[in-house]
Amino acid sequence: MRQKGLRTKETWVNRASTVTGALDRSAVTSWVRGRGVYVAFVALVVFNLAITPNFASVATLSNLLIQVSPVVLVSLGVALAIGTEGIDLSVGSVMALASVFLPLYIGYGWPVGIFAALLVGAMAGLVNGSLVAFVGVQPIIATLAMLVGGRGLAQIFAGGQLLIVSDPAVLALGQARPFGIPAPVIVATVAAIVVGFLVKRTTFGRYVVAIGGNRSASYLSGHPVRRTLLAVYAISGLLAALAGIVATARLGASDPSNIGILIELSAITAVVVGGTPLSGGRVKILGTVMGALLIQLIATTFIANNLPFTWAQVFTAAIILVAVYLQKGRGAA
Amino acid sequence: MVTRPADPETANGGDAVWRERLFETLQRRGAVVVLLIVIAASALTFDNFFTAQNLQNIVLQGAFLGLIAVGMTFVIISGGIDLSVGSMLALGGVLAAQIVQVSWPLALVLPLLVCGLFGLGQGLLIARAKMAPFIVTLAGLLGIRGLALALAGERPIGISGESPFAWFGQGQVFGLAVPIVFMVVAFVVGGLVLVRTSYGQIIFAIGGSEESARLMGLPVDRTKVIAYTVSGTLAGLSGALLAARLSAGDPNAGLAWELDAISAVVVGGTLLTGGAGSISGTFAGVLLLSILQNLINQVGTLGSYTQQLLSGFFLIVVVLAQAFLTRKRIY
Repeated sequence: MRQKGLRTKETWVNRASTVTGALDRSAVTSWVRGRGVYVAFVALVVFNLAITPNFASVATLSNLLIQVSPVVLVSLGVALAIGTEGIDLSVGSVMALASVFLPLYIGYGWPVGIFAALLVGAMAGLVNGSLVAFVGVQPIIATLAMLVGGRGLAQIFAGGQLLIVSDPAVLALGQARPFGIPAPVIVATVAAIVVGFLVKRTTFGRYVVAIGGNRSASYLSGHPVRRTLLAVYAISGLLAALAGIVATARLGASDPSNIGILIELSAITAVVVGGTPLSGGRVKILGTVMGALLIQLIATTFIANNLPFTWAQVFTAAIILVAVYLQKGRGAA
Repeated sequence: MVTRPADPETANGGDAVWRERLFETLQRRGAVVVLLIVIAASALTFDNFFTAQNLQNIVLQGAFLGLIAVGMTFVIISGGIDLSVGSMLALGGVLAAQIVQVSWPLALVLPLLVCGLFGLGQGLLIARAKMAPFIVTLAGLLGIRGLALALAGERPIGISGESPFAWFGQGQVFGLAVPIVFMVVAFVVGGLVLVRTSYGQIIFAIGGSEESARLMGLPVDRTKVIAYTVSGTLAGLSGALLAARLSAGDPNAGLAWELDAISAVVVGGTLLTGGAGSISGTFAGVLLLSILQNLINQVGTLGSYTQQLLSGFFLIVVVLAQAFLTRKRIY
């Protein structure tokens, strides 16, 4: 891993220059590079405070957070997959699958419905994970097949129609506001904290990063590579299912042809903009959450100022390119 | 397409050699074999499958995807990926529909030029700035779709049926629909370039090992830039032809076509890791996807989602076969 070696050297050089007290320009750019997503986010918030009418209101904030919740949930799993030098393209279809299983089993009570939805998500993740870990299929292809096939399966289970969900306990997951905080936001926050803890504080997290750095080396060091990969994709499926449940609860219906469509692109964007390199070996959970918030904020900014929404897409694309170009200097692109 | 010299071990029938042989044959011809089986089975099952009209319909359905898949094959063999083609197709269609009111020949040229330029830009970012193809073209997917939507005001732009431009989508040459002719030319030229020119060989070399290709002094950067430029141009052409066919430039056209194109290429036996693959395989892959759609229409009672399920299934079977036959040590 020549790139990784270069990176180590660079940080080492930077540290040396800070020690000598010379906070030169390269140290500043390096600091910005590492925290580009926060800088961009703060800049956009300041811009909005100055320009956008009614931006600093509870309604705007809670709308922003509610809309971003499913993306955050899905991005957390994708971040783990990308950390192992993989990817999970199937998250949107897994959302649709979970969304269909919820109303199918809710007749047995809401806990059964939610359990079935989470189970089908984890199963889909396990299928992805087995293909990646045991068969050696490239993650992009394994999850591409699930992306294409999963939504078809969801539509078959739904019989090609919208299934209404009216159970109050499930609807609360999408619409309740305990202590004034929308439930989806709470779910996403808890999930982010749990995944962040997994990555930072557990051996599992260290294995994820080690596999992303170098899969063979990790295996030779005696790490449980296959089990870890299996777990990563299962967690990603589970989180996608959770996102599917939340989205279904907000909608009050399961819509397998539209739920979570193209969300994999938003998730990958959030992860990459947040500073997790596609080449694996590093996972930034807080960065991922900020990346998701940044993208949503861009969309909100354009809508709130009556600018055509499609230009927001173009702007997001530019942000991705700039973010990745800046990271490149750190050997992370 | 690696032609190996006769291996002395073959005589002993070593298991590994046998497996490698089988894999190579399957990888190169597997899609064609499956295609023939599917055609034969469908011809026996459905009365009006094997009619000239239906066969032409199948090929016509695949023509637009086929044009994209040719460019995608080059990109994937070189070890890259191009996710932006679906959006490029939409942009090409919108541009064609807008410019056709001014001058119809320009409607055929401008989409190719603009999409080619976008492809060139992506290629430069990938080859010169050393950014990951996945990310650059993902940004392309988002940005170019946004551009197409913005240009079209988020709704389809109609093309008058009397315009000579409509001929490129609806006309016929020797009884063949014009888009089919374009696709066939693209496949023949693409196949020849890939196998018979040094450019094609360099593509294989880069996909095999970019580092080695560079050390051999091959023009790696230039070759990659050209591959992405061609991919963009072909997507633009496909978009213009599709607009002529449908008499409208739809900014939502080609949604998720990048996935179909990648599926067709992979089903056709091209390795996503690069370095191996063929244009003929891609042709078979495109036709397979197209026949699948046609069969589902023939049955009539199945929803369009059955096609997604079957495509996903096809993809996984092919990839599993590839993985088992090339079984290396997996950690």
